[in-house]
Amino acid sequence: MLWIAIRMLTGDKQKFYGLLFGIAFSTLLITQQLTIFVNLIERGASGVYSAPEAEIWVMDPVSRTTEVNYAMPSTALDEVRSVEGVEWAVPHLRAVASVRTSDGDLEGVTIVGVDDATLIGLPERLVEGDKSVLSQPDTVLIDDVGVTNMFENGEDPIGQRLELNDQRAVIRGVADSIPSFTAQVTLYTKYSRALNYVPGTRNRMTFVLAGVSDGETAQAVADRISAQTGLKAMPREQLARSGVDYIIENTGIPLNFGITVALGFIVGVAIVGLTFSLFIRDNIKQFGALKAIGVTNFKIARMVVAQATLVGAVGYSLGVVGTVLFIWGFSGVPTFKGFYIPWQIPFVSLVAVIVILSLTGWISLRSVMRTEPASVFR
Amino acid sequence: MNTIAKPLSTPAKSTTVADAQTAICARGIIRDFQAGQSKIRVLHGIDADIRSGEMTYVVGESGSGKTTLISIMCGILWPTEGEVKVFGTDIYSLSDTELVNFRLENIGFIFQQYNLIPSIDAAANAAVPLIAKGMALEPARRRAKELLDALNIGDQANKLPHQLSGGQQQRVAIARALVHEPRLVVCDEPTAALDARSGRRVMDLLRDVAVAEDRACIIVTHDNRIFDLADRILVLEDGRITHDGTDMPEGQ
Repeated sequence: MLWIAIRMLTGDKQKFYGLLFGIAFSTLLITQQLTIFVNLIERGASGVYSAPEAEIWVMDPVSRTTEVNYAMPSTALDEVRSVEGVEWAVPHLRAVASVRTSDGDLEGVTIVGVDDATLIGLPERLVEGDKSVLSQPDTVLIDDVGVTNMFENGEDPIGQRLELNDQRAVIRGVADSIPSFTAQVTLYTKYSRALNYVPGTRNRMTFVLAGVSDGETAQAVADRISAQTGLKAMPREQLARSGVDYIIENTGIPLNFGITVALGFIVGVAIVGLTFSLFIRDNIKQFGALKAIGVTNFKIARMVVAQATLVGAVGYSLGVVGTVLFIWGFSGVPTFKGFYIPWQIPFVSLVAVIVILSLTGWISLRSVMRTEPASVFR
Repeated sequence: MNTIAKPLSTPAKSTTVADAQTAICARGIIRDFQAGQSKIRVLHGIDADIRSGEMTYVVGESGSGKTTLISIMCGILWPTEGEVKVFGTDIYSLSDTELVNFRLENIGFIFQQYNLIPSIDAAANAAVPLIAKGMALEPARRRAKELLDALNIGDQANKLPHQLSGGQQQRVAIARALVHEPRLVVCDEPTAALDARSGRRVMDLLRDVAVAEDRACIIVTHDNRIFDLADRILVLEDGRITHDGTDMPEGQ
């Protein structure tokens, strides 16, 4: 009977494709929008991800994220180094500055000052150049997404001169980093040089990055740092989470994406519900005939479930493949750099598809169940 | 013209046979329908026997209750009161599932609108009862194809219903009604959509394939062009049997 059910469904090509479209569109909308949402809010943690060596981030107690920070006295570095379990600690500066390009344009940039000696705090990989160029005078590295923002006409950024706080800076490399949430251009340089690039305030060290001794956990050492120094210390995962939470709590993004995802669900229910109901209505005489002939309600229900399962499986697969193609197709666009699809998102879409089909299938099935076999004689 | 002279095989045996000749024994059948606040009585205590080996017509004007009567007789509509025994089994004492299975085992249906499944071919349509009984698709199709061959439309077995003429679709419906070798065949207005010649051909065909010593055939019709082909005619008027005989009463 399942073969008959599938043939009944696929034989009505208009409705079959309509159902596939409904499920695929819903899946695509839900999966794609959730993927963009997750990847976008994860950019709230891009500062943490761009400094892979740091196991603990120490900051002023009022600092909340890598972007929302408050500078500390430079003595904080020594305080952190003196805490038991801290293997190493280096200064880290993150500040906003204005840069004047050689064309005379003004651009807001994030200056990241990394430890002079170890270069801890620098992204792991460079797209162009070598980390050693930082030993050359006035050198800055620009993030790869920043290149497209600052040099829109496709100029080679290497060798470009910039003016920062009346200081000269020369771009000598391009860092492969995850863009920040605001997609602002990021310039990496040595900590001592960064101090000259940002407007002078009494305290300018925004973070201390620390490593953990063998046998210690990052959480235990962070707790110890907080207790001994009065500073806020967080393992990297915790600070990354704070960055994500900050965006969720302080922007309308979750609501906007939530609305789109809800629309995807509602559109799915509407299209699939309507088409499925039409399909069942068009075949109600056949279902009635089957019931008269001697097909039990259980078998009829299995037929409808088989039809819903086929539509769901194919439509869902199309939707997920569509999302993959979308992400892949746009992977070269800076906005979508580093986007990936966490396994939880297709799972959520799958649950949504199951809910859509269960709901619409149940409504359609009810009309089949209510059909009296005697109706075929009328 | 078909050349079938007897059923393709011996119909299945009943488990409880009260009277070898009596296929259906209906007693005191009353059926009411609710119409808003009021009840409409469609059948008024009908007693009727349908015998095996006969082609029995149930005739009457529209609204006389003939469709309701055969729906009750073949177990797809519950009577308000009364008892129906089909091959000795009191069908309305069965559970829902037992009744559905009883229909599948014992009854073949030919609907006025054929109700073929549009997206499967003629052979698969004819094989539906076998598939419903659990037979695998291919053997079921093969058996259905044999029956379609016997009905002279074997060459159309792979065609979809919409590729067949009305007469061919009706033969597929007949094949579907007989493929599982039921002991009771119920036809609803089999000639309603056919011209006189085609109608008689279908009735001849039905007589050949659906009537046997241990198989009964009930035909609901108001087509007076085929009354002469009946072995027995039950005339229904306003929910009561007013005539039971081998011919139509005088003046009708």
